[in-house]
Amino acid sequence: MAIQRSHNIWVPYVTLLLAFMLSALPMIEWLQWGWPKWVLVVFIYWVIALPHKFGMGWAFILGLLMDLLQGSHLGVNALAMVVVTFFATLMYRRFRMYRAWQQSFMIFLLVAVNQCISYWVQGIGSNASIGLWFLLPAPVSGFLWLWLVVVLRGIRRAFKVA
Amino acid sequence: MFKGQSAVKKLTTYSLICLCLIVADYQFGQMQRMRAWLSLAVTPVQWLVDVPQHSWTWLGERLQVRDELIAENKKLRAQTLLAERQVQKLAALTVENFRLRDLLNSSERLDEKVTVSELIGVNTDPFSHQVIINNGFNMGAFVGQPVLDATGVMGQIVSTSAFTSRVLLITDADHAIPVEVNRNGLRSVAYGLGQYEYLELQDLSDTADIEVGDILVSSGLGLRFPKGYPVAKVIEVRHLAGQDFAKVIAKPTAQLKRSRHLLLIETPQRQSSVEKESH
Repeated sequence: MAIQRSHNIWVPYVTLLLAFMLSALPMIEWLQWGWPKWVLVVFIYWVIALPHKFGMGWAFILGLLMDLLQGSHLGVNALAMVVVTFFATLMYRRFRMYRAWQQSFMIFLLVAVNQCISYWVQGIGSNASIGLWFLLPAPVSGFLWLWLVVVLRGIRRAFKVA
Repeated sequence: MFKGQSAVKKLTTYSLICLCLIVADYQFGQMQRMRAWLSLAVTPVQWLVDVPQHSWTWLGERLQVRDELIAENKKLRAQTLLAERQVQKLAALTVENFRLRDLLNSSERLDEKVTVSELIGVNTDPFSHQVIINNGFNMGAFVGQPVLDATGVMGQIVSTSAFTSRVLLITDADHAIPVEVNRNGLRSVAYGLGQYEYLELQDLSDTADIEVGDILVSSGLGLRFPKGYPVAKVIEVRHLAGQDFAKVIAKPTAQLKRSRHLLLIETPQRQSSVEKESH
């Protein structure tokens, strides 16, 4: 098997850095509740597009960085992102065939899984009563996907990332 | 088929590592130090996110009209004068207080050393009330250090890295601060509820002497927060029939969502903890 040469591989890293900045943006409280999971969604895009480059190893590292940024217990976001990436790597071929609304729904499910894992693990040993509001970023992220995928695909093709 | 197998193997490995990390973070204090160094990796992101607001303030200051600046300067001068007058009185009172305490053989210090710090980020997780400040352990910040703003107690530092620290606010659902009623010295503990506007006192009996409008100050018990700084103002006292405890709600006096300049207090315990670490 011929070795695949990577081309413009810095582009995904830049988009991920932007996603990190978007997720760290300070904002009004009610907006915080539904703020999409930028890093996760952008990362899922790159897993689907370049599954040989981005997998669970990267998910683990990005999750740890999220933990450091959010001040949550080390490993909480990492665990959630690894699990979500596992599902994404299993179905990336099918996912590429999906229609836009089907993709959007899958993103909704994946982000919901991420939210469940991270908040349940964090909820152990905390007094915060959280209700079901923590799931709000899932539909918002799913909705966002419809536009985000256009932008990211445009970027990927413009720079011929491989 | 083989690909699926290896994916499962990877998933198990990484999940196990994550679980070990989580357990270690819950259980062992050693993780604090590792975390402090790892946090350096995300410090640039925190700085970058703060750039727009920082430059906006900077630009505003540069472009302000001269007249406005003069007016503001005048106003500030007047305020300083008023403040200085109060400080003069305070100096006399402090000396008197020291003398009286000497008479009573009690050795309480009234002055604490203070460092000024600036807020550079807020936590985006709505379930935990934390802010990020630009003082790290390089500038003397330490875990457990009390943080104030101009109007009251904000919280305490829960983790430090070289250039930034994380402050847990008093309204976080996992935070509690020992307080006393300024009017009569009644002691209690103010718990955070996870809402920025409210604190709750849960352990006051139904007959306790507390009223709406009472100022709660830090009591100094628990040896973390210094005594006598304003924490909150009681806004609701509800006596519930058949309950042993009254439900008391207070509003923090600090501007938890607005203050950008914060004060870090050098507490005496700092000395002992540093000595312990250096051994």
